[in-house]
Amino acid sequence: MSSKNIKSISNPKLKLEILSPDEVKKIHEATLQIIEKVGVRFPSKRALEIWDAHGADVNYEKKIVRVKPQTIEDALKKAPPAYKLAARDPQQDLQLDGNHVYLGTDGCGVEVMDIHTGQKRTSCLQDVHDIARVADATEEVAFHWVPVSAQDTPAEARGLHEIKAVWENSTKHVQTESIYNIEEAKAAIEMAALIVGGTDKLRERPVLSLMQCTAPPLGHDGGSLDAALLAAEAGIPTGFMTMAACATTGPTTMAGNLAVGNAEVIAGTALLQLAFPGAPVFYAAAQTASDLRTGAYTGGGPEDFLFGAATNVLADFYNIPLSMGAFATGAKEPNWQAGLEGSLSSFMASVVMSDMLLGCGFLHGSRIWSYAEMMMDCEIFSIIHKMMAGIEVNDETLALQAIAAVGPGGHYLAQKHTRNHMRELFMPKFMDRRPYSEWETKKDDARDWALTRARKILNEHQPEPLDGGLRREMEKIIKSVEK
Amino acid sequence: MSEELYKEMAQSIIDGDSDIAIELAKKSIELKMHPLETITKGFVIGVNYIGDQFGAGEAFLPELVMAGEAMKAAVAVLEPELLKLGEAREMMGKVVLATVEGDIHEIGKTLVGTMLSASGFEVVDLGVDQPADKIIGKALEINADIIGMSALLTTTMVRQREVIEELDKEGLRPRIKVMVGGAPITRDWVTKIKADGYSEDAIGAVKIAKELVGKADQ
Repeated sequence: MSSKNIKSISNPKLKLEILSPDEVKKIHEATLQIIEKVGVRFPSKRALEIWDAHGADVNYEKKIVRVKPQTIEDALKKAPPAYKLAARDPQQDLQLDGNHVYLGTDGCGVEVMDIHTGQKRTSCLQDVHDIARVADATEEVAFHWVPVSAQDTPAEARGLHEIKAVWENSTKHVQTESIYNIEEAKAAIEMAALIVGGTDKLRERPVLSLMQCTAPPLGHDGGSLDAALLAAEAGIPTGFMTMAACATTGPTTMAGNLAVGNAEVIAGTALLQLAFPGAPVFYAAAQTASDLRTGAYTGGGPEDFLFGAATNVLADFYNIPLSMGAFATGAKEPNWQAGLEGSLSSFMASVVMSDMLLGCGFLHGSRIWSYAEMMMDCEIFSIIHKMMAGIEVNDETLALQAIAAVGPGGHYLAQKHTRNHMRELFMPKFMDRRPYSEWETKKDDARDWALTRARKILNEHQPEPLDGGLRREMEKIIKSVEK
Repeated sequence: MSEELYKEMAQSIIDGDSDIAIELAKKSIELKMHPLETITKGFVIGVNYIGDQFGAGEAFLPELVMAGEAMKAAVAVLEPELLKLGEAREMMGKVVLATVEGDIHEIGKTLVGTMLSASGFEVVDLGVDQPADKIIGKALEINADIIGMSALLTTTMVRQREVIEELDKEGLRPRIKVMVGGAPITRDWVTKIKADGYSEDAIGAVKIAKELVGKADQ
């Protein structure tokens, strides 16, 4: 099933076995042991009480919970294996069914390479509007994260200004990763309900989903937990994302890092299922390795690529959709490093069919938004989309008739077979295949073309506007949260 | 009636369908339509359209080549009729094409030939592995404006220089212009062997050829 103006990877022909079933089982068992013996920190009264009610060993003082494996396993079984992320335009609903990979924009950036001046500056609300508008027009972007922080809006309602800005500029699904307290979560759900005509309808048409970061190692954020519980109660798809980093917030070895991150995610997920059995949940991850010289978040590198593929095996083991961090790069501008890290991370996460791929557009460890980078990331996704289709072998694709017609020597350019199939060949938007002399006169490249394209879209694209009445209702809700 | 036929002719070129183009050319003869008008008001419109589409990035190379071949097929049917009337299409110029001696690579050269003839040049393609005397002999025979030479190997591209030196020795330049092409050909090489023009692809070759015959604006 395809959605309007949305390109997704489905029916893959490529396969990768990154972990054997036995290795997955070992990671799972290690995870259960961590949750049972070491415990996970849940700094939320509501969360601790839920655990308590389900027989977990709860230390209210330290807010650490230790849970028997059976409790975790039973709870996880209640999670639905497939559901949809609804969009303002129902034709753009996304099927999280294990057979689709969707690309989103990356999120939570703090600076923007200005689309007009090219200068780096602090992100603001208008950027959220503009990026959402460009993403709306782009077939590769299937859904939104809040791309950058609207730093010119009041902190206590910032997350609400942001989702409203995205809805105002796009009909595609919105997944917010920047709402992590109960007040904003409550207001966000009310805003989403306005779009679908009632809170009860959100269960059927969740036009909003919530992603919460864990607090590694082995912890959660209290506000995030309360927001997630509220969302799960309303039937809004909710996921916990681990960003455990080898050698700092997670063990240095990759298997150990996977286990620690897994403990955070499945303990959080089990909590939601204990409280609201059957609530739509997803696994989210963006593990990485810390840089050994600076201790910094690297965002990229071979460990990221391996985590990208391995995590979906875990999510599949628990039979829930995955939102996987990809396209992360430490590069400071769109360059060799950005292209390399974007390509390999997104390929590895896609080849195992991660349901959601986050996300396009960032430089410098997910801090700086670049429209050129966004457009080029989209092209990388399109290349992977093409690769995942593999090679089709049948009478028509074997082309024996055309081969006989051309014979030894000659060429295939004038064959009908060529014309019938030429559009199956990948046509890049941003790859330089021009004569050298043409490049020599212009000296331009992918970055220039990508930026030009983004500017053109921003100038010309008219997204389906949000109804004026709805907008005013949303403004009222936001006002009520602002102090 | 003929208006509609012209449209079909243009469409046959756009579709790159040589069979239909030939059929329509024959039909125009039966209907005693003027062969020159058939070409300019019918088939050429299709070639121009595909050319524009290609320039705008809408059409691809196979479509351009197929259109070129269909055009060639249609013109081949109409040319004898033109001769009977004592008329001829006004051509952009005459070109002799060849892959140089010792080299059997020809896809690029063949493409250049198709593009040149679709653009109104009269093209004689000698094929591959052609020695200098053959190339020059043919150019003199048809009174060519341009010799176009292709080479894919660094070991055979030196033959391009030999042909140019031979032309200079015979005092045939600048009467006959020389354009060269092929994967190893660079601007430095072109300057070194004093060729008149070069292009890295078939589309560029048409532009260069037009410049060389002083019809860059057509």
